[in-house]
Amino acid sequence: MLAGNIEYYQPSTVNEAVEQFFILKKENKLPMYYAGGTEILTLGRLNIIHPGAIIDIKAIKETLSHESYQEHFIFGASLPLTYIEEKNIFPLLTQTSMEIADHTARNKITIGGNVCGNIFYREAVLPFLLCDSTVVVAGKEGQKTHPIQDIFNKTFQFEEGQFLIQLLIEKKYLTLPFITIKKRQQWETGYPLITVACIKIENQLRFAFSGLCPFPFRSQKVETELNNTLLPKEERINHAIEQLPTPVLNDVEGSKEYRLFVLRNTLKEMIVEMEEKE
Amino acid sequence: MPNPSAKKISVSLNINGEMRQVEIRPIDTLLYVLRHHLSLTGAKPGCLNGDCGACSVMVNDNVYKSCIMLAIESVGSAITTVEGLKDSPIQNAFVKHFAFQCGYCTPGFIMNCQALLLKHPHPTYEVVKEWLSSNICRCTCYQEIEEAIFSVVEGRVGGTSE
Ligand code: FES
Ligand code: FES
Repeated sequence: MLAGNIEYYQPSTVNEAVEQFFILKKENKLPMYYAGGTEILTLGRLNIIHPGAIIDIKAIKETLSHESYQEHFIFGASLPLTYIEEKNIFPLLTQTSMEIADHTARNKITIGGNVCGNIFYREAVLPFLLCDSTVVVAGKEGQKTHPIQDIFNKTFQFEEGQFLIQLLIEKKYLTLPFITIKKRQQWETGYPLITVACIKIENQLRFAFSGLCPFPFRSQKVETELNNTLLPKEERINHAIEQLPTPVLNDVEGSKEYRLFVLRNTLKEMIVEMEEKE
Repeated sequence: MPNPSAKKISVSLNINGEMRQVEIRPIDTLLYVLRHHLSLTGAKPGCLNGDCGACSVMVNDNVYKSCIMLAIESVGSAITTVEGLKDSPIQNAFVKHFAFQCGYCTPGFIMNCQALLLKHPHPTYEVVKEWLSSNICRCTCYQEIEEAIFSVVEGRVGGTSE
């Protein structure tokens, strides 16, 4: 359990939440936005983070949207992962989400909490990176929308007091051919090693990665090499590996060499399967 | 909004069909409040980190790990702990199939199974496996637990409550 005399607020509008954040900040209370709260509660218990106040955004209706809007589909940041899985509007997201933590934990973990979290993996962001999604953020200057590529660089580059309200994806992406593969160190439920997600659009493959570097990413350079069909698959993969961002993780879950070995085989499997898909 | 400045606040929690008034700190987990303020010790502290499932309870018929949920988040919802299940088919099935040894994980497993059966009265093996992988049994009673849940699905074990 978190220590200390932490304050709890549950605003019902976006503006109220942001205003509350700055009031608390002025009082030096170290406010934090809170949705599912699983990471805040576990890191707080381990004394890694020390919020003075938490602002629970789950009662804000925009953060619970799960609906079509014109050309887009909206996912509110406070939706639990299991809710998104049950509705299964976006099968790539469903499948990626089902590999996160466990079923009961996913009743509490929210999509916004996962993509904005502190852990390396944050796999739920991969489908949004692949589909050039749009991110709706609240802050001092009101609500703003950003293409994900402009605001996600290893982590979401939010300014102080900003929080994620929604993630939007164009409907054309919802049903594209995809594969997502999560490799674990051992067993079906062991700690994750790497996750690779891939979609095919206009005959080109897009790839996004988690667990390979200390952050999830999608890279144009890597994709260019993997799509160079003039070369044999092995060579394409070798060139792509040369273009990976650094550092590649090298920890107790898996050495750098082992991760790259697993990556090589995974990419090969995926390319063979995806190049056959229409 | 709840009053934040007070160190403790008074909230009403709907637990097992009864309204209980309790003084909590906003940061108290639901597990802590159940055990230390309400003497409902069915939900067990295991890892306290969301990994083992020993603390599982239902909130509005969904299963949650009460060590990673604040009590204040459950205000206005219906909380069910293992004490709220009386002679339910899944409890009887656990007894009939000897689905425990030390019993420490049992309330958590039972609450997860109960929530699963409410949502999927006829689950596939894959669904059962996916849901039950949220709980850990140190005594490795997994086989018996699966037998218990499928005996309820197949209507082989009954009870007086759903
Ligand atoms: S005590 Fe809650 S999951 Fe282990
Ligand atoms: S019966 Fe002992 S931990 Fe499950």
